[in-house]
Amino acid sequence: MSEVKEREPWFSPKNIKLLTEPIDSKNPVTVLVLGICSALAVTVKLKPAIVMAISVTVVTAFSNLIISLIRNSIPNRIRIIVQLVVIAALVILVDQILKAYVYDVSKQLSVFVGLIITNCIIMGRLEAFALGNKPWPSFLDGIGNGLGYGLILVIVAFFRELLGSGTLFGYRVIPVEWYIKNGGFYENNGMMILPPMALITVGIIIWIQRSRNRKLIEE
Amino acid sequence: MEHLINIFVKSIFIDNMVFAYFLGMCSFLAVSKTVKTSMGLGIAVVFVMAITVPVNFLMNKYLLLPGALSWLDPSFASLDLSFLSFIMFIAVIASMVQLVEMIVEKFSPALYNSLGIFLPLIAVNCAILGGSLFMQEREYETLAEATVFGVGSGIGWALAIVSMAAIREKLKYSDIPKPLRGLGIAFILTGLMGIAFMTFMGIKL
Repeated sequence: MSEVKEREPWFSPKNIKLLTEPIDSKNPVTVLVLGICSALAVTVKLKPAIVMAISVTVVTAFSNLIISLIRNSIPNRIRIIVQLVVIAALVILVDQILKAYVYDVSKQLSVFVGLIITNCIIMGRLEAFALGNKPWPSFLDGIGNGLGYGLILVIVAFFRELLGSGTLFGYRVIPVEWYIKNGGFYENNGMMILPPMALITVGIIIWIQRSRNRKLIEE
Repeated sequence: MEHLINIFVKSIFIDNMVFAYFLGMCSFLAVSKTVKTSMGLGIAVVFVMAITVPVNFLMNKYLLLPGALSWLDPSFASLDLSFLSFIMFIAVIASMVQLVEMIVEKFSPALYNSLGIFLPLIAVNCAILGGSLFMQEREYETLAEATVFGVGSGIGWALAIVSMAAIREKLKYSDIPKPLRGLGIAFILTGLMGIAFMTFMGIKL
């Protein structure tokens, strides 16, 4: 942001760009290679994937905001510890809220809620953006990156749940009569439920994205 | 003893941090370009996990679990601090990483230079925190079990990154579709390696 005193509108084109860029051309998962650790393990079903996406968006946005507010008073040498403490406090809040309101999903996510702390998206955005920018753009940047991460999570979970269990959000999409055991022709692809298919799905998403946007190709 | 070997083998092959839980993927994909650096990072991870998992086990047992503080005063028996475990574990890990960084810098400057930026990144390597959280979730009972689990998971991670680096070194000579180069093929390869590791699942120990 410039040093001009005059006030920038809240949703200026620059700020909107902060929000939309991470969704496609600067996507944290497929372009910046951040936050893959927790992205893949929670994508067997859509519901936990969406809960995870919302949790990460909230934590990224608010940790960006808080770090940006105190960025001028953090000594450079201990900034990692300060960042970790802020993130850990926010994650504890999210964990307690999930346990209180959606206990079954919280059980499914198990250790992966705690692992939001070490999600590289959050640390990466704090280091790359929040330490050098004002609170409001940082907050938008956090939401944008959370959404970009969430988008990949939802796409992967959609295909894994549809092809692996024949359901979406737990509701049956592929009719029961189609299955071989009921005299039909269809069988679930059990492979999709297993962990390695999440990686291959993301690999294919990257392939499609980079064929569309040639600028992203690496040599 | 048999029980410990069981945990050890299980944490290396069957519950491999990378292939079964996708932990530590960020540095796994970023550093696995040459065998030499990935070997260094792998050893650093084994070392850090061998220290942090047992230390966090003691923290969990004597400070955090419901009633854990009763050794201090019987009136604390109803206290449950387990909601603090995230912050406690990450503090232990961050300080241990700092320690390892200082030791490596003092005794092996060459390794320190080649690992460069990635040593501090171990603090935010999900595999390390994941190890401590799995230790808490699976309720290991003795210090020996926790230590063996920590070392085993670290070795599993190191094994994964070194073999990945070996494959990627050879991959430089192959003709991959352009949009798939780099990250895309790395993901698919990890998936295929994961399928290979799944064959260990059938082993009953």
